[in-house]
Amino acid sequence: MEKDKELKLKNISKRVRINIIKMLSEAGSGHPGGSLSIVEILVYLFIEKIKRSRENALDENRDRFILSKGHGVPALYAILSEVGIINENELLTLRKLNSPLQGHPDRVKFPYVEASTGSLGQGLSIGLGMALGSKLKKSDFKVYVLIGDGELQEGQIWEAILKAPSLKLDNLIVFLDYNKLQLDRSINETTPLEPLFDKIKSFNWDVYEIDGHNFNDIEKVLENLKTNGKPKFIIAHTIKGKGVSFMENNNEWHGVAPTKEEALKAIKEIENG
Amino acid sequence: MGKATRVSFGEALAELGEKYKNIVVLDADLAKSTKADLFEKKFPERFFPMGVAEANMIGVAAGLALTGFIPFICSFAVFVTGRYDTIRMSVAYNLANVKIVGTHAGIGIGEDGNSQMGLEDISLMRSLPNFVVIQPADDIETKKAVEFAVEYKGPVYLRLTRQNVEKINPDNYKFDFGKGVILKEGKDVAIFATGALVYNALKAAEELEKENISVKVINIHTIKPIDKELIIETAKNIRKIITAEDHNIISGLGSAVAEVLAENGISAKLKRIGLNDIFGESGSTSDLYKKYGFDINGLKNSVKNFI
Repeated sequence: MEKDKELKLKNISKRVRINIIKMLSEAGSGHPGGSLSIVEILVYLFIEKIKRSRENALDENRDRFILSKGHGVPALYAILSEVGIINENELLTLRKLNSPLQGHPDRVKFPYVEASTGSLGQGLSIGLGMALGSKLKKSDFKVYVLIGDGELQEGQIWEAILKAPSLKLDNLIVFLDYNKLQLDRSINETTPLEPLFDKIKSFNWDVYEIDGHNFNDIEKVLENLKTNGKPKFIIAHTIKGKGVSFMENNNEWHGVAPTKEEALKAIKEIENG
Repeated sequence: MGKATRVSFGEALAELGEKYKNIVVLDADLAKSTKADLFEKKFPERFFPMGVAEANMIGVAAGLALTGFIPFICSFAVFVTGRYDTIRMSVAYNLANVKIVGTHAGIGIGEDGNSQMGLEDISLMRSLPNFVVIQPADDIETKKAVEFAVEYKGPVYLRLTRQNVEKINPDNYKFDFGKGVILKEGKDVAIFATGALVYNALKAAEELEKENISVKVINIHTIKPIDKELIIETAKNIRKIITAEDHNIISGLGSAVAEVLAENGISAKLKRIGLNDIFGESGSTSDLYKKYGFDINGLKNSVKNFI
């Protein structure tokens, strides 16, 4: 990746992270850890791949993005603000009465999130349906679904993983935000997922493993996806709370918003990072 | 002999598939039973066997709906509505244009027993915002209801029988969504019945006429939204109301009628016929309907005891 491009994406990521912190601090509740861990994936997808804009936001043939781990929605609102779909001031209405920016994505109140999610384990099935819809319409739009690692403990996810290859959905691209922590404790102390690569591969998916904070990795994997009938599963190793030292790798920050003071400290860190 | 409403459904869907090219059908390994196989035979390219994985099937249907298709999900009522949170989140909350067809409703399915009987599905589906709940009572009503479901924009729950039901409606029947159908006038008691019990209620009323008991019979095919006006008007004139459904009496048709009566300050005596908060069991349909008072004789006795 060219240095200029990488720098541009890094700067956008900084703004997205700062907005996440501002939104959560203003709301007084929400999920910083799992919002901060998905920033680079969202930034790359929305800026470089889906190329979302206000003009194409509801085109019939737009690429779809589903945030199956709905609690990470501040990151999605922040990137939608970067591409001009949400006014930056409006971000601060997150979780407030009458705001379209609900605590978890709500497509009826705010269609740009594509699907209402928040009860874990459901977004992948919706993505399957959209990818199948794309094939049936002989359209070429792709469907990106971002799932969480704790979410892989849901049975419905495995129904979807088992089914997708037989539908030949090579237009379905799943990103796993593998930050290794869930709400109560670590994944490994809960229900370990390993050996994950081999597990998903054995279900007949194309599987990739990347650093989910490295734009070169993200770009490389997305540019080399094959049109071979197989759905794609990208294991993105990430850091929960990425970018704010006191939040990183700490599940205490799964669902707690920063105070005003903590927010200022976090923003300073992100700016200098 | 009558016809099972699941068969009427299968026939109607296969026919509607020609006019509506965006109908797709998803099956959870029960197509021969739900009669979705009739659609599969004509339109295999729009039929998707999703395996014994109802939750994923529901989600996939939501995704298809959000890309412009009209998906019909077909399974047994108990299995599909058992994946409640997925229906709630992926279909209802998404306002996805998904049609959920729950066949094998009630103890009327017979020998397979409780695990296969949809006995709480009206209650569940009635509680979900954005959903409408329809239970047709005979062949033509089912076919018209399926056509309505296709044309209606939004989530629909359609509840169907495994067993045959007799014809009650004329050949030129028009399905009027949200409106109860008065099948017989009467002045002593009014029965609001739905699904398989409509025919039995009508026969019971006709036989009671010979005993000088005058029973009004109303078919409620749309359980949500319920026909409030008709319930209020009926109860104002006839102060004895019976509801009849092959479903738990909690939160089904009987509860829907009770809510309308109570909220409109209408004092009427109400008897809810249904399963009295119990599970089902194995047996033939006729033996079960006799045991639980859903057959013609049982309904007649209920009316007599009530007045």
